[in-house]
Amino acid sequence: MHGFANPARFLRMARWLMPLMLVPGLILAFGALAWGLFMVPPDRLMGQTVRILFIHVPSAWLGMAGWSTIAIASLVELVWRHPLAGIAARAASVPGAAFTAICLATGSIWARPTWGTWWVWDGRLTSFLILLFLYFGYIALAGAAQRDAAAGEGASRVTAIFGLVGAVNIPIINRSVVWWNSLHQPPSITAGKSTIDAAFLYPLLIAALGFTLIFGGIVLARMRMLLADIQTEARLRRKAMA
Amino acid sequence: MHEKLDQWQFVMAALAIGVIGTLVLVGWTLWAMKRSEKRRDKAREK
Repeated sequence: MHGFANPARFLRMARWLMPLMLVPGLILAFGALAWGLFMVPPDRLMGQTVRILFIHVPSAWLGMAGWSTIAIASLVELVWRHPLAGIAARAASVPGAAFTAICLATGSIWARPTWGTWWVWDGRLTSFLILLFLYFGYIALAGAAQRDAAAGEGASRVTAIFGLVGAVNIPIINRSVVWWNSLHQPPSITAGKSTIDAAFLYPLLIAALGFTLIFGGIVLARMRMLLADIQTEARLRRKAMA
Repeated sequence: MHEKLDQWQFVMAALAIGVIGTLVLVGWTLWAMKRSEKRRDKAREK
């Protein structure tokens, strides 16, 4: 793991891996959306609105995967002091927040013709909205820690602790439809099992794979950006002191 | 009383948010990365 702690080695890998994730990701994701839009039959209960799930479900998965990435990277930063872990956590926060917002917006649009309302304050929707606010808090905290150079490592540790504590919301989101009565349907895909018909399942899985690759590509690009900012800052500081 | 809602309008609105949101996110990320790397290279040259 510490082999990748060298920023130069990481940058060499990120240069070829980033387009390798982004380009197939975009092709798979938008191909699956087109498949869902033009080739999938309307659902018996949901009608045409079933097509919204091909964007809603992958963005829900990535909203939760984004915070899981933050939590794991924060743990690695706190325990092993891996120099790139904090950068990886910060890089995952913005795409995580974006996909959480897309999930909430598309879910609300799906709910209006299906449930007859844009929003209900049930466990799943409310815990997902809390996830969005946690992302906003994390992004603000990480930005403040970077700006306040005097705060140094201490501020970075506070950000990492916030990333770890916020992870408590992930199992709550996952189990919310089991623990509490909800308009939201229970899990359709569990380990090794699916209640979804193959006509919907295959484009859904391809969309999830495509958007996950896009997410990975964005995280790598943001890590390159954050590393470049740190290197610029360090060089300018050295010059100012010389 | 039943509402007569055109489901396709909701489908297109949701897909537009998803597709445009993803493309803006990818484009903005790549632009910000290039800008930061250009700034770093400029600082190295000085």
